[in-house]
Amino acid sequence: MTKLFKFFVVFLRIGAFTFGGGLAMLPLIEREIVDNNGWMTREEFIDVIAVTQCMPGVIAVNTAIYLGYQLFGIWGTIFGALGAILPSFIIMVLAAEFFIAFRDNSIVQAVFMGVRPAIAVLIFSAAVRLGKAVDRTAHNILIALGSLISISLLGIHPIPVIVVAALIGIVKARGYEKNENAD
Amino acid sequence: MKMLIELFYTFSKIGAFNFGGGYAILPFIEKEIVINNGWLSRYDFIDLVALSQITPGPISINSATFIGYRLAGLVSATVGTLGLVFPAFFIVILVAKAIKKYRSCDWMECAFLGIRPAVIGLITASTLSIGRTAIIDIKSVLMAGFTAVLVFKTRLNPILIIISAGVLGGLIYSL
Repeated sequence: MTKLFKFFVVFLRIGAFTFGGGLAMLPLIEREIVDNNGWMTREEFIDVIAVTQCMPGVIAVNTAIYLGYQLFGIWGTIFGALGAILPSFIIMVLAAEFFIAFRDNSIVQAVFMGVRPAIAVLIFSAAVRLGKAVDRTAHNILIALGSLISISLLGIHPIPVIVVAALIGIVKARGYEKNENAD
Repeated sequence: MKMLIELFYTFSKIGAFNFGGGYAILPFIEKEIVINNGWLSRYDFIDLVALSQITPGPISINSATFIGYRLAGLVSATVGTLGLVFPAFFIVILVAKAIKKYRSCDWMECAFLGIRPAVIGLITASTLSIGRTAIIDIKSVLMAGFTAVLVFKTRLNPILIIISAGVLGGLIYSL
C-alpha cells in the first residue's frame, strides 16, 4: 500500500467514525498521524492544530489539507480532503434518500415533530457551553449581543457580522499592544 | 447548469466564512439556503440538523451533501460538497506558506477575540429562529422541556437525546 493511499484511508476512517465533528475528531487524527504512522511528532501536530483551528471551514478537512500538503504536496491535499469528506457524503446521500422516501409516512412525521424542539434545545446548549468558555467582559457581551441583534432582529447576513467582529478583535488587540508600549 | 454554479458559489461563500465550526454554520445555511434561495423549507432545515447529528461527519459537509442531493441528485450533491471545501484548499495552503515564512498566526488569534463572542450570538440567533419554528404548541413545549432536562441534567450523548426525543415524539404525536 503506498503512503498516499494509506493517508487517504486514515482520513476516510476519521470521517467515518467521528460524530459531532470538529474537536471530537482531533484525538483520532492525532493517534493516526502521530502514534500509528509517525508522519509527524506530537509537537509538530499541535502546531498544525493551532493553525487549522483558526481557519474557516471544517477542522478535519483543513487538517487533512494541511498535513497532505506538507507530507505529499498537492495530491496529498486532494486525497486527504476526499478521505475526510467521502464517508459523510455517502451517509448523507443515503439519509436524504430515506428522508425523501419516508417523509410522508405519519409515524416518521411524528418522530420529526418530536425531534425538532429537541434540536432547538441542543443548539441552545451549544450556545450556553460556548458562553461559559468565553470571559464575561463588556467587550465580549457587546459583541455577542451585537451579532445576535444583527442577525435575529435586523436580518443582516452572517458574513459581514463575522468580518466586523474579526476587525473589532484585531483593533482591540492593537489597542492592548499600544497601552502596553505606553506603559 | 446555472443552478449548479449558484450552488457551488453559495457553498463556497459559506465555507470561506464558517468560523467557529459546528452549529456556527446554521445562520449561514438559514440565510443563504432557506431565505435567499428557498432551496429548503424551515422544517426540512431543522430535520437536516437532526439527521446530521445522528450521522458521522461535520454538520457543514452533511448539510452541503443533503441540500445538494435534495435539489437534483448525486451531481448537485457533489457540486455542493466540493463548493463547501473549495475555499479551504486556498486558505489552508496559503496560510501554511505564510506561517512557514513568518512563523506565526498572531493576527488571526487577535481576530478570534472578536469572532468567538460573535459565534455565541450567531448560535443564539439560530436557537431563536429554530425554536420559533419548532416550538409552537403544548406538545412541543413539553418535548423541549423533556429535552432540556436530558441536556442540562444528564449530559447524555446528543445522539441518544435525539433518539429519545424521536421515540417520545413518535408516541405523543401519533396518539
